[in-house]
Amino acid sequence: MKDFIIPWDDSDKGTPAKTGAPVTLTVDGAAVTVPEGTSVMRAAYEAGITVPKLCATDNVEAFGSCRLCVVEIEGRRGTPASCTTPVTEGMVVHTQSSKVRRIRKGVMELYISDHPLDCLTCSANGDCELQDMAGAVGLRDVRYEYGQNHFDPTGDGALSLADAKRRADDTDLPGNFRYMEKDESNPYFTYDPSKCIVCSRCVRACEEVQGTFALTIEGRGFDSRVSAGTPMDDFLSSDCVSCGACVQACPTATLQEKSVAELGTPTRAVVTTCAYCGVGCSFKAEMNGDQLVRMTPYKNGKANRGHSCVKGRFAYGYMEHPDRILSPMIRESIDEPWREVSWDEALGFAAKRLKSLQKNYGRRSLGVITSSRCTNEETFLVQKLARGVFMNNNTDTCARVCHSPTGYGLGQTFGTSAGTQDFDSVEHTDVVIVIGANPTDGHPVFASRLKKRLRQGAKLIVIDPRRTDLVKSPHIEAAHHLPLRPGTNVAVVTALAHTIVTEGLADEDYIRERCDWDEYLAYSEFVSDPRHSPEAVEELTGVPAEELRAAARTFAGEKNGAIYYGLGVTEHSQGSTTVMGIANLAMLTGNVGRKGVGVNPLRGQNNVQGSCDMGSFPHELPGYRHVKNPEVREIFEKAWGVTIDPEPGLRIPNMLDAAVDGTFKGLYCQGEDILQSDPDTKHVAAGLAAMECVIVHDLFLNETANYAHVFLPGSSFLEKDGTFTNAERRINMVRKVMAPKAGYADWEVTQLLAQAMGADWNYSHPREIMAEIAATTPSFAGVTYEKINELGSIQWPCNDAAPEGTPMMHIDGFVRGKGRLMITEYVATDEKTGPRFPLLLTTGRILSQYNVGAQTRRTANSTWHDQDLLEIHPHDAEVRGVKEGDFVKLASRSGETTLRATLTDRVSPGVVYTTFHHPDTQANVITTDFSDWATNCPEYKVTAVQVSPSNGPTDWQEEYAEQAAQSRRILPAAE
Amino acid sequence: MSPEKMVTMANQIATFFESQPGDRPALVAAHINDFWEPRMRRQLFDHVAAGGKGLKPLVIDAMDQINEPVD
Ligand code: SF4
Ligand code: SF4
Ligand code: SF4
Ligand code: FES
Repeated sequence: MKDFIIPWDDSDKGTPAKTGAPVTLTVDGAAVTVPEGTSVMRAAYEAGITVPKLCATDNVEAFGSCRLCVVEIEGRRGTPASCTTPVTEGMVVHTQSSKVRRIRKGVMELYISDHPLDCLTCSANGDCELQDMAGAVGLRDVRYEYGQNHFDPTGDGALSLADAKRRADDTDLPGNFRYMEKDESNPYFTYDPSKCIVCSRCVRACEEVQGTFALTIEGRGFDSRVSAGTPMDDFLSSDCVSCGACVQACPTATLQEKSVAELGTPTRAVVTTCAYCGVGCSFKAEMNGDQLVRMTPYKNGKANRGHSCVKGRFAYGYMEHPDRILSPMIRESIDEPWREVSWDEALGFAAKRLKSLQKNYGRRSLGVITSSRCTNEETFLVQKLARGVFMNNNTDTCARVCHSPTGYGLGQTFGTSAGTQDFDSVEHTDVVIVIGANPTDGHPVFASRLKKRLRQGAKLIVIDPRRTDLVKSPHIEAAHHLPLRPGTNVAVVTALAHTIVTEGLADEDYIRERCDWDEYLAYSEFVSDPRHSPEAVEELTGVPAEELRAAARTFAGEKNGAIYYGLGVTEHSQGSTTVMGIANLAMLTGNVGRKGVGVNPLRGQNNVQGSCDMGSFPHELPGYRHVKNPEVREIFEKAWGVTIDPEPGLRIPNMLDAAVDGTFKGLYCQGEDILQSDPDTKHVAAGLAAMECVIVHDLFLNETANYAHVFLPGSSFLEKDGTFTNAERRINMVRKVMAPKAGYADWEVTQLLAQAMGADWNYSHPREIMAEIAATTPSFAGVTYEKINELGSIQWPCNDAAPEGTPMMHIDGFVRGKGRLMITEYVATDEKTGPRFPLLLTTGRILSQYNVGAQTRRTANSTWHDQDLLEIHPHDAEVRGVKEGDFVKLASRSGETTLRATLTDRVSPGVVYTTFHHPDTQANVITTDFSDWATNCPEYKVTAVQVSPSNGPTDWQEEYAEQAAQSRRILPAAE
Repeated sequence: MSPEKMVTMANQIATFFESQPGDRPALVAAHINDFWEPRMRRQLFDHVAAGGKGLKPLVIDAMDQINEPVD
């Protein structure tokens, strides 16, 4: 396996980069020019000189506590710390004078005198900056006598833990009150206070990088130690969210990944991309051979800038989980157990069935579902399978159930279905609206970057039925929280626009220049109608009119206003309309087309953007071009040598309806669990049960596989090459670090299936698939693997006009020409509360788990969240006799389920909330088949429900568990 | 798909375009032509032929611009 050599400098430059006017200085005789504000330490680094350091690291501001980095500066007295001293013009620095060398040795000697001498058996051996610095300063002796220390549990003069162990049998040891046991409470890393040098890098990383403020330095002077939470807490019980930033920052083994302790320090690294959420963080997969030792955030990753969350950083163990299926399996019917077979037999069986269905029921009886978890190349092939081999447009993707309204709404208003900014843009924002998104849980690394900007003074407006963490958390407080009733987004967004227009806050110059003025006049007449005023909609939305007006003024009153939104916007019967309303707000206030502004959908899964770009939708060929256009079809017809159906295909809910009607018979479903993730589980189950050939291609026997006839084992993101496109339209490389455990990468399996059906496909590497994408899709025209490798990542459009990609969209004008302000009439959802179902259920997700949980449930992340809970307001709980932790029955007109309740005033009275990570909860038994008017995106976020006490699982849950167990049986392989 | 569901979907589309400026029947028809697979349009045509129960007038007005599936 050929490794990708990291081409970019990824070493620690000591202090963060600055932007300022150039300043020239001399370090050890070498002239160097750096931006004003840069530290002497970083300037030295730029000149090729490393100054010894311990408490400085380049992702947090310098602190100046260890004094190892002292230098001499001509014309200045003393020995200033180079990490905290900014450069000045003409400065002359000496980093290796005998004076500073002497000081450094003294500093190191002191540090080592309170550090155990266990280097050879330490988990950080070879990866410890204390060790490195002892070497760099030439420490050869420690002259201090054994004295007060933090490392010797015996208090008996042991200099290492090994030595202490040897003495442990002795009964009358004095003991050492300063010694603290290792904290192993976090499942992924340990905290060993005996090795801490109190450099506070971890504390600063938790504050500055992550923004959680979980760590403090307790005690003073020699007694000071790092503490998570209060002195009573350990890491697990503290506020720590296990992002790993402190572990990354720690120069010693004090904070250390358990995997490194177990597997040893890694010897090679491959840069790749997280396969969880749409932030698309870059990681180094650190390896020993083909054994993954740890994942560490990659500093040059442009989405994450060296940060990570608990999922990407630690939750990769699912890939080695015993539940993974590594052999293809088939069965005649779904009441039979599975039979393990060879790849040939499985593919032959599948192809034969599909072909006979095609013959008996017509070419439109088959379809595919592509996955937002898979790579662009894999998705491209799956939709090509539908269009070029099944000969229809029945292709859809899980993006249907999350961001399809984004595609429609932004397409209508701006002319393209994508977020307008890169994540760096948030550093220039003055006011942010976060609507229907909970980034601290759903998009944690983006949330950390946002919080950093908020701590610098940007204002925040949160529009969400729940009081999310962003509304109030350490050093963050939203200027306005509009706790709207679920289902009233359009009314709130329109009332914001009403306030902006009627109070004369609209940016008319911008609108005149960028938008269609006549459309604006019609629009402004519409929104100015008093029925859209905050006062008029207050009763409907539950948002106090004054607060709503104040929020509108705040948003319109600042220079750079940005809007970030999530599934709380799209997953409604008016999802598309809300997206248009958001685009309206941005245009009204002149907030599209420069840094710090824009409309930014926070994509759920890693490759939602990419799967949409790649033509997964049944009405669009790759690049968002409708299948009805003959000139677009012609491009693909020429490339593929087939005739493409000009009619739009079936969307996922339509496929299921057609299956129940008996006209849709065969489905190839890659990396997607529609039975768990799609609404109205009973209807999904009925649709799947009515099909005659369901092929599930996945890592695990997921819930959908209970209804499958063919199971094709999938490959994890570590086992294949390809690309993911994140929420910024950034195409990031996914690199194979180990061979596919089941023998084939997913793109190979799709190709084998196409070949078994008679297609002449011969790709030998995903690079060739990307070449085909580039050749057929104008926004990808300039994309090649070589270019991505060279640039690190590319934001589409990438073509002759923008050879290095496009960080920001709509700079000089909208893609569609004039921006279009659309009328957004509020229409109440048909899902209404009433006497039987008086509460509104809304759903969301939690930091540690990911969607249906297929991966995260199979990791130690379940330590934080081992079941779905129902959040209910204490008042609603009391009138129903529900107490904290009680089992409750949750019922809607679709079905009922049980789960445990937790009482909280995060939700308003009348609203309940739950997550959907665990299959036994089956929250989607409750959700209904209502959907967005334009795209059929399901209305997950509003369901009328009733809650009542219960003593155990419902009949449905028991039957379901029984059916699932039956259908997961696997016969032992035939000898 | 159940007739009620189809009627709801068609009416949702009509409801949106009722508020929009322009040639509304044409807008509704264009949306349905763009997003409804032939089977769904077939069902719509059959439903209208059978009296069009429950459909909004705007959907009915759009019918002569909706492409009737050929197969
Ligand atoms: S893991 Fe993250 S949240 Fe937890 S203490 Fe470290 S930096 Fe803070
Ligand atoms: S735990 Fe590590 S980073 Fe934190 S103060 Fe101790 S040595 Fe420094
Ligand atoms: S924020 Fe998203 S992309 Fe980044 S590490 Fe976490 S899950 Fe992965
Ligand atoms: S590295 Fe500069 S004082 Fe510690």
